[in-house]
Amino acid sequence: MSERTFTAVGTRPVRHDGVDKVTGRANYGADLSLPGMLHGVVVRSPHAHARIRSIDTTAAAAVPGVKGIVTGKDFALTNAKLGLGEGAMDLKDMSDNLLAREKALYHGHAVAAVVATSVAAAQEAAQLVHVDYDVLEPVLSVDRAMEADAPILHESMVTQAHPPVEHTGSTNVAGRMELKRGDIEAGFKDADLIVERVFRTPTSHQGYIEPHACVVRVNEDGRINIWTTTQGPFLVRDATAAILGLDAANIKVTPSEIGGGFGGKIPVYLEPLAVLLARMTQRPVKMVMTRDEVFRASGPTSATKVRLKMGAKKDGTIVAASASLYYEAGAYRGSPSGAGAMCMLAPYTVPNFFIEAYDVVVNKPKVAAYRAPGSPMAALATESVIDEIAQTLGLDQIEIRLKNAVKEGDLAPYGPPYGPIGFVQVLEAVRTSDHWKSPVAPGIGRGLACGFWFNAGMSSSATVTLGSDGSAAVVTGNPDIGGTRVAQALMVSEELGIPVERIRPIVADTDTAGFTEITAGSRTCYATGMAVIDASRDVREQLRGRAAKIWSVPLEETRWEHGSVVPVNPSAERTTLTVSGLASKLAKTGGPIIGHAAVNPPMAGPAFAAHICDLEVDRETGRSRVVRYTAIQDAGKAVHPSYVEGQMQGGASQGVGWALNEEYIYNAKGVMENAGFLDYRMPVASDLPMIDTIIVEVPHPAHPYGVRGVGEVPIVPPLGAVANAMSHATGIRFTELPLSPPRVLERITQGT
Amino acid sequence: MSKLHIETLVNGEPAEFLCAPDETLLSALRSGLGLTGTKEGCGTGDCGACSVIVNDRLVASCLVLAAEAQGASVTTVEGIAQGETLHPLQQAFLDEAALQCGICTPGFIVASKALLDTHPDPSEEQVRYWLAGNLCRCTGYDKIVRAVLSAAAKMRSAQA
Repeated sequence: MSERTFTAVGTRPVRHDGVDKVTGRANYGADLSLPGMLHGVVVRSPHAHARIRSIDTTAAAAVPGVKGIVTGKDFALTNAKLGLGEGAMDLKDMSDNLLAREKALYHGHAVAAVVATSVAAAQEAAQLVHVDYDVLEPVLSVDRAMEADAPILHESMVTQAHPPVEHTGSTNVAGRMELKRGDIEAGFKDADLIVERVFRTPTSHQGYIEPHACVVRVNEDGRINIWTTTQGPFLVRDATAAILGLDAANIKVTPSEIGGGFGGKIPVYLEPLAVLLARMTQRPVKMVMTRDEVFRASGPTSATKVRLKMGAKKDGTIVAASASLYYEAGAYRGSPSGAGAMCMLAPYTVPNFFIEAYDVVVNKPKVAAYRAPGSPMAALATESVIDEIAQTLGLDQIEIRLKNAVKEGDLAPYGPPYGPIGFVQVLEAVRTSDHWKSPVAPGIGRGLACGFWFNAGMSSSATVTLGSDGSAAVVTGNPDIGGTRVAQALMVSEELGIPVERIRPIVADTDTAGFTEITAGSRTCYATGMAVIDASRDVREQLRGRAAKIWSVPLEETRWEHGSVVPVNPSAERTTLTVSGLASKLAKTGGPIIGHAAVNPPMAGPAFAAHICDLEVDRETGRSRVVRYTAIQDAGKAVHPSYVEGQMQGGASQGVGWALNEEYIYNAKGVMENAGFLDYRMPVASDLPMIDTIIVEVPHPAHPYGVRGVGEVPIVPPLGAVANAMSHATGIRFTELPLSPPRVLERITQGT
Repeated sequence: MSKLHIETLVNGEPAEFLCAPDETLLSALRSGLGLTGTKEGCGTGDCGACSVIVNDRLVASCLVLAAEAQGASVTTVEGIAQGETLHPLQQAFLDEAALQCGICTPGFIVASKALLDTHPDPSEEQVRYWLAGNLCRCTGYDKIVRAVLSAAAKMRSAQA
């Protein structure tokens, strides 16, 4: 496969949806309006933890223009679980998160929704919804949540534990799992150096620029149309149906263009509310979150505490590790602590380890997936401790990682042996990079860190239709969040030899596309791509059939070659037939050709990355600045290299923001005090240098082109790369993010 | 409260709309005139997705009252291309793959045009600081900065 040459894959054509997006024509979640449309607004809890005694909507309902109000009582109670690709979601929790029934569990938790003829009228009425609260003490950290006298969020919570533990009464620990190998006591005894540190990362948000938004219309026949900005239209359909007790067959979801997601646009927040309000009023209903609501009631990712103890021999061989991971789940169970546990040692062969991971509920918004969920915080610990071991033992940062790097056949910490993987090649690419070879300027710290992500497979469908003009359309069900349309068109072009600009990639609604899982898990180019390739090959086979018919030969006497069907035994009558030639004869040879395919590949090819960060630190203010950055990653095969680079650069930038500035700042009452882009400080253009990229290609054998997922792993290394750079620049080991100027200055002033 | 009648020039053409006294220009453009190319990312002037040019000045339209458009000339992303011909900035964004999700793109295009209108030969640093009011969460800005510099170079050579 590595010998394979490509014609279309690996080139950099302009994306098909590009012109619409640079001219303002592309329609995003908030861009649709329908005649007679009403506007819905959510009423949110002003308390982080409170029992709801009663809700009085009388005054709100009297506001002119108000057409309806819903509260938690309007949701049917359900105990069902909904399989959502990678994991099951508890529908009771999901619906409780949409509208609180008995308790408000975070500041901003939805308690009611109002619909009116204008946004202003709905907002006015929302302020008049009177909720009688019994205010409770908020739980704002894993430390507090696990104390014996901590307030309990869910009286009925039972720890889901592997291995099982005895249930001993009320708890905020939603889950616990263990991973182990070998004998850690013997391992640590064998170590020449043991380093143990505790790391903390703050609550941080995905930060997509487009707020959540949807429009719902209920037809006269009861059919429900949902237009929404989502990573998973089928998930919106199925979750909305399950939460409201409706038949999913009666719901059609049309995804708009999506203005960023990073995992945060997987959950439903507005759609079921809008459906309730639209059914109640029999008018179309639009709901759009404000940025304030996005921060307080969507996303974010877990704040974490990670303890890691690692032992190594003098030559850098890692012999033992023990770790405890505590991840905040927010108000309902489901933090990515388990993924963190599985990822944290995944790049290295550690013969003896013990990892325990806790999923802990706190009075903050329910966490959503965020790009390689759980892995970056765990990698911060691993990469910082390895950096410190290398520093203490006087070893080269690349050599120590190469010495312990996993290769094909090594067991992953979560069980199976790795297939062909590219971690060693990634490290070699670091070593030979311009950046790594360049001297470190005075006053600069250089940090290196690596990262791992599984990538996902799961179900996908695709249809390829051939036009009589020799063009083709490819229809899939994955919203295009960063260039997947053009990648799919490149695959069709590769298979059929049709020029990429003559291929129309289409993201279809749930009635039109075959079932397809969410745009997430770095799976779209991989899994949906496999369906696109298979559907194209289906077209190819049908074209051979047409050629056989034209030549009056059996199918076996035709073969596919470079975008044409050629006869096995050429003659004067039997000469090469191109796709466009065959397409022009479709009507006479049997009618239209449509290729289709559905796939459900197992887990995709694991991805490894390494990032190098040069950081300049102002010792008088604690302010730091990334002056040079390089991201290296094994993509398997880069289908459209520009958009692969874009994923690497974007992940790096998000991670740099997480490392240096981004955090939810809570007051003692559990109110986020920086719920806006001015104070929740994401990187801007003047904060960053160019981000250099090096794409390594170690093909993934389960994919026809060798593709691995690329979208998620680039956010795994930056936390460690920046923290290590800061430590080298200042001579002080930093273990708590963000490395904001006040925190850095305090440590510099203390001198430790 | 009765609505105000506003007469203005949008993308070179006369336009009129009714607006509430406290309505933003962003809302009037999107809801009143149906020009949804201008996006709302924050509503507080921090993200730049709603960037438009009013009388040669780059503004966040979520912080401008719609009534202030009376007698003014407003340029939105819909008015950057000349008919079917893309502006060099738009073409450069496509060529350099300077967008991923695309929600911030209209704001970046408009803000970059405002820069190049007055600074045809900006340095990388000038581009970065000028665009510091526009948030992009997808790209890390690398390809956006390259696209603006590349468009500027093309526009200069077309002038020469």
